[in-house]
Amino acid sequence: MFGDYSLGDLGSIFVMQGFAGLILFSVYVLMALGLAIIFGQMGVINMAHGEFMILGAYVTWMTSNLFQAYLPGLFSGYFFLAMILAFVASGALGMLVEWALIRHLYKRPLDTLLATWGLSLMLQQAYRSVFGAREVGVELPQWMLGSLHVTESIEVPINGVFVMCLTVLITISVAYVMYKSRWGRQVRAVVQNRIMAGAVGINTEKVDRYTFGLGCGIAGIAGSAFTMIGSTGPTSGQLYIVDTFLVVVFGGAASLLGTIASAFSISQTQSTLEFFMSGSMAKVLTLLAVVGILMLRPQGLFALKVRK
Amino acid sequence: MSDEENKGLLSPLRRKLLMGMAAIPAITMLPRASFAQAPATSAVNTTGLAVTDTEVTVGILHSATGTMAISETGSIEAEKLAIEQINAMGGVLGRKIKFIQEDGASDWPTFAEKAKKLLVNDKVAAIMGCWTSASRKAVLPVMEQYNGMLYYPTFYEGLEQSKNVIYTGQEATQQILAGLNWIAKEKGAKTFFFIGSDYIWPRTSNKIARKHVENVLKGKVVGEEYYPLGNTQFNSVINKIKLTKPDVIFTDVVGGSNVAFYKQLKAAGIDLSKQALLTISVTEDEIDGIGGENIAGAYACMKYFQTLDNPNNKTFVPAFKKMWGEKTVIGDVTQAAYLGPWLWKLTVEKAGSFDVDKIAAASPGVEFKGAPEGYVRIHENHHLWSKTRVGRAKLDGQFELIYETADLVEPDPFPKGYQ
Repeated sequence: MFGDYSLGDLGSIFVMQGFAGLILFSVYVLMALGLAIIFGQMGVINMAHGEFMILGAYVTWMTSNLFQAYLPGLFSGYFFLAMILAFVASGALGMLVEWALIRHLYKRPLDTLLATWGLSLMLQQAYRSVFGAREVGVELPQWMLGSLHVTESIEVPINGVFVMCLTVLITISVAYVMYKSRWGRQVRAVVQNRIMAGAVGINTEKVDRYTFGLGCGIAGIAGSAFTMIGSTGPTSGQLYIVDTFLVVVFGGAASLLGTIASAFSISQTQSTLEFFMSGSMAKVLTLLAVVGILMLRPQGLFALKVRK
Repeated sequence: MSDEENKGLLSPLRRKLLMGMAAIPAITMLPRASFAQAPATSAVNTTGLAVTDTEVTVGILHSATGTMAISETGSIEAEKLAIEQINAMGGVLGRKIKFIQEDGASDWPTFAEKAKKLLVNDKVAAIMGCWTSASRKAVLPVMEQYNGMLYYPTFYEGLEQSKNVIYTGQEATQQILAGLNWIAKEKGAKTFFFIGSDYIWPRTSNKIARKHVENVLKGKVVGEEYYPLGNTQFNSVINKIKLTKPDVIFTDVVGGSNVAFYKQLKAAGIDLSKQALLTISVTEDEIDGIGGENIAGAYACMKYFQTLDNPNNKTFVPAFKKMWGEKTVIGDVTQAAYLGPWLWKLTVEKAGSFDVDKIAAASPGVEFKGAPEGYVRIHENHHLWSKTRVGRAKLDGQFELIYETADLVEPDPFPKGYQ
């Protein structure tokens, strides 16, 4: 298939394809981080993860509308405020859900699957009633559209670069919070042994609530960022949920490094295969590879070593 | 209608009046019988349908919840508007139309279940409904078993024909061929890149398009790609498009993927004012989600655009907005859904009966001169004769009409040489 093209053409295509893979990688990490915290650290199978993301997307849409109506001069910077608001809104909803629903189910992790699936249906219908069944278009400031011309034939999408930077920033923050801060130590203590953690004076209920809230908040930021590359509608969250679980499970629950490694390998496989065959076939082969590896390593790529 | 009437009509009575007026163009072609004394129920309803001396019941069956609610909402709105307008001008054979709305919930077995309920329990005289081919295929055996009448609004892949269905949208050849001819002539296009969602409609449409490009236009398809429904990452295929440099990108990507595709196309620096792109899956409804700035310049091949400049459409659009809000947009399928109740009413009046068999027999030849798209007529194969149009997307999310076929295009659900 390459016979007809010049060396320069091929070179730039490979560079751009590399970028496409990196962008996909960032997208996967960003959508999986929140779930990695909730599923990995707390063992809650949160099927409503996609709906928390879409809440972030709707918050972004509302912020964009408000800025257009009242502060058109500051429109170019609204996205940063929108992401913060998305984090707050999704995080707050997450904490509410934890208090009302999840905390009663910690001892029955499989039931969280059903409960959060029901929650996802309720949230979808709520979005439909509030925002309407049709998709909404989120208008972006001019500087976030288009691409950077690196050379004559190499163009890098700006929104892709933005997502990459955001992913790096959030990953570093999450890693810092989980592994360096005092609160992160409490979270890990509760995960490893809830009763002992309680015995040494950690308020486990509070830790649970904030952990769940943090996971949902990050989902909100991801949803906000994805308004640049995807759709915003009541059921758009469903588009992300399968890939998200795939990344987290493949990486090995409870391991941040595993999530990143798994996002990297899945995204690179997928985008390389996509280039050589059709999109559907690429997806099939990627999933087959994941299934194969999980059969050999059921615990995922990286497993947390815990003394049982 | 005068400007004065457009302003501040707030009383419900005046609103109703306005709705009725929107339908005036259709009055001109009514058979005289409809103004005469309403015929006796026993004469017009011999099969036990829900018809009384004053009322006739029809069903509306679409997804108001679930994934497809995004698309089907417009169809529900259009059908309700048509029913209200028909009632405002006296109903059908002297009877007001009452509708029972059921929710298919984006789930195909539910569609079949609800269709059965409408036909068996409610004895509706006709059903306006379905959107996806999958839902129509689920409902079809029910319609045939219980002898119902379905008015189906969506453009679809063809390869189907039933006594119990009237297809008010375009089948694939009606939608695609004229558009391809136009772009090949206008842009001198020789090479085409196909990209679609991976299910029956895009695959069938692309098959027809490929045959047409290769055999009739003597062009070349340089790529044909499918992505799973709901896919949100298109960077790889966009790179392939850049590598193959096609004259035309021909797309039938649907749903949420659409939004991702156009946003990423724009982000990758593909300028639709220079790169020709022809879509058969984007209407005004979809642009709401995609954003006009991301798709401006693309060509769409449809039979209706909201901006069509004809007297019928000029009364239809304000009536629709009056009923459903200033911000609503009207896409191709919404207009086709609006035709359903009207065609049914005209057919009932032509047949002089609500009986399904008589309606099925009377349908061919029924013409609706009040259609917002202009003029339509039902073909012997229960599809519509209608024009094919090409529009160009503008920044404000509307289309500018670029081209329309001179004559109505004949529906051909089983095209020879294209299968």
